[in-house]
Amino acid sequence: MTAAISVSGLVKTFGPTRALDGLDLAVREGEVHGFLGPNGSGKSTTIRVLLGLLRADAGSASLLGGDPWRDTAELHRRLAYVPGDVSLWPNLTGGEVIDLLGRLRGGLNEKRRAELLERFELDPRKKGRTYSKGNRQKVALVAALASDVELLILDEPTSGLDPLMEAVFQEAVNELRGERTVLLSSHILAEVEALCDRVSIIRNGRTVETGTLADLRHLTRTSVSAELVGAPSGLAGLPGVHDLAVEGNRVRFEVDTDHLDTALRALVGSGVRALTSQPPTLEELFLRHYEDELPAGATEGAMSS
Amino acid sequence: MTGLGSLVRLALRRDRLLLAVWVVGLVGITLSTASTVGELYGSPESRQQLGATAGSNPAFLAMLGPLHDASTTGGVLAWRWGVFGALLVGLMCMFLVTRHTRAEEETGRLELIGSAVVARHAPLAAAVVVALSASTVIGLLVALGLTGLGESASGSFALGLAFASVGWVFTGVGAVGAQLSESARTANSISGAVLGVAYLLRAVGDAAGDEGPTWLTWLSPLGWLEQTRAFAGDRFWVLLLPVALFAVLVVAASVLVAKRDLGGGLVPTRLGPARAPRSLGSAFGLAWRLQRGMLIGWTLSLFVLGAVYGSVARGVEQMLEANPALQKIIAQMGGAGAIVDVYLASIVGIIALFSAIYVVQSTLRLRTEETEFRAEPVLATPVSRFAWVGSHVLFATVGTAVVLAAAGLGAGLVHGVRVGDVGGQVARLVGAALTHVPAVWVVAGLALALFALVPKLASASWAVIVVFLVLGQLGPLLQLDQWAMDLSPFTHIPKVPGADVTAAPLLWLTLVAAALTALGFAAFRRRDVG
Repeated sequence: MTAAISVSGLVKTFGPTRALDGLDLAVREGEVHGFLGPNGSGKSTTIRVLLGLLRADAGSASLLGGDPWRDTAELHRRLAYVPGDVSLWPNLTGGEVIDLLGRLRGGLNEKRRAELLERFELDPRKKGRTYSKGNRQKVALVAALASDVELLILDEPTSGLDPLMEAVFQEAVNELRGERTVLLSSHILAEVEALCDRVSIIRNGRTVETGTLADLRHLTRTSVSAELVGAPSGLAGLPGVHDLAVEGNRVRFEVDTDHLDTALRALVGSGVRALTSQPPTLEELFLRHYEDELPAGATEGAMSS
Repeated sequence: MTGLGSLVRLALRRDRLLLAVWVVGLVGITLSTASTVGELYGSPESRQQLGATAGSNPAFLAMLGPLHDASTTGGVLAWRWGVFGALLVGLMCMFLVTRHTRAEEETGRLELIGSAVVARHAPLAAAVVVALSASTVIGLLVALGLTGLGESASGSFALGLAFASVGWVFTGVGAVGAQLSESARTANSISGAVLGVAYLLRAVGDAAGDEGPTWLTWLSPLGWLEQTRAFAGDRFWVLLLPVALFAVLVVAASVLVAKRDLGGGLVPTRLGPARAPRSLGSAFGLAWRLQRGMLIGWTLSLFVLGAVYGSVARGVEQMLEANPALQKIIAQMGGAGAIVDVYLASIVGIIALFSAIYVVQSTLRLRTEETEFRAEPVLATPVSRFAWVGSHVLFATVGTAVVLAAAGLGAGLVHGVRVGDVGGQVARLVGAALTHVPAVWVVAGLALALFALVPKLASASWAVIVVFLVLGQLGPLLQLDQWAMDLSPFTHIPKVPGADVTAAPLLWLTLVAAALTALGFAAFRRRDVG
């Protein structure tokens, strides 16, 4: 597969702040790519560079085979963008904005426009200034999702949506899977887990991890708790087993995904009555990379999806 | 009132530079004008001569108001600078109140404050306190400064307090205006329209002559300033009128605050069309939607202003007909026609400055779009930066000609009807107004270049207009060197109608404007957006 977006060694500074510090990003054609990072890690800056709004200080970026700074207008014909903070013209109605953005991009799919308005329960007759944050986002989403483009760039598109609308959004993106390439910046991990084929995690303007969710899971641990027939034995010395806790016949531990098989064999040796195992969540993955930024002890249960 | 103190401190902290510039600027201009008036009209004879000619000239009456007493420097100052100075104090107060009430509400910052422990009326009260204090400080400093320059204390305080009183009234106007509309822009337009009407009412009243509707002056807060008669009787009791009006307006505003929701206006927003009209489908279509209200408003306002000024021109001639001695002197200088032309040329010059305000507003729309994050989604479509900037610059460029032509048309129609030559006067005055287009384009070019090169300082374009205003209106009075006067593009425009029009300065100004505009386009192509 060819690359829809490929970025390497991107640097962007604003005065003394180094917003991007050698960032790499590769998005393949046709995939939904999650772009994860906490606030201020450089997600929006990267997107603005990709849109030709900001000029990078160093590094290279290519978008749909073109240079985002030079070939701006031609590239923009082939993409639609939803900003993180949607601001509408106060005296234009939502419907007018959807039509305007669609026409600027070269036309809207009328059927999808009508259908999306209905699914998002958006009244297109209201004036821009009267919409709530979530409804402003819906306006931009409908305009983007109803456009016949190759690439969707969505910057935290659901931060103002309620859970019902979040589900509608996920459904709509799933329907476009394969037809469109999607770059989805987010810090809502459940959304990324539900939608994304591959994920890039960034921190302080650098990419710290990239790959499929399955790839990334290998890098982390599964938590296992079991009730055994007899006292557990042979677990303590096993490689890859961490945080072992034994209370009579009950046992809890975490195990590196690569060593899951050996650990389970050891359990079966003692006879298993009940077993629950939790696959590594993206939270854990995420937190592992940000652990040193959080106060000690805050990692457990600090984030909920 | 809970939270009032901290909100006032917040406003002072945010505006410390802005307030200092307004206060120092207005007091400084007033005092320096006073000292040059003192030098220029040092002898009683020269002041008497000025009083005899200028004070009874309907053109000057309409522009500046009556010269009640030319026997003191203070009296001449009150006439020459009183209305304009007060106009600026009024503008300051109106902007300040909107800035701290409706503008805050529109951005949502007031919601943040409203959720903290503050009384419902506290934000409005804080804005009123700040504007009220600023105008009062200006008034007191003017009074003390003039007294220090040796003017009578009573007259100095009458003029200073009259300045302040116009500020109080427009603090109230701003407070009410901010409640009526949901956007700060519209709120400022409402208050600005009231200020414009106040100026026009007194212009018509002052120039009406003894049989005319002189009572119109009494309907205007700016007229009250004239009626206070600083340095000519010091009628302090007139100041009770602005105080009363201020009280009424503030009470009205606070009643309105209690009646409406945060963020809402008095007039609820109605539903609009679900689909965009065919015209809204390009960068130009969007610019038209965003700019048309402003263009139409300015076209109508300048048409009316032109008509009001034009209605006075005939009076200039009549005054000469009634005074054979003066007629003789004027005839030696080129005849009555020439005097009318001098008057018409000066009003066209003032109108050109007004159109510069339009052109800066229109150009800075680009900056507003950028800072409000509305440029970003448009520039993420195939619309090029050139097309986006160009669509707004087109309005500034063509709009300049439209608003100036409207003013010339208004003046030409009314003056033409009164002298019985509509066709000829319309052609002359529209032509004269359009002669100023290149100078206004230079202002537009400056604003665009600032926006593109130093976006954070784009609003310095307003300061540019004030500098040009001071150079043009007060430059000769302040006896500035010619090179300083030459800095203003308006200095280079021939004084039409009347003067010969040579193409060279107009071409040069157009070239300068084109170069600045090209610089703006090129610099914006290269810079970061957002």
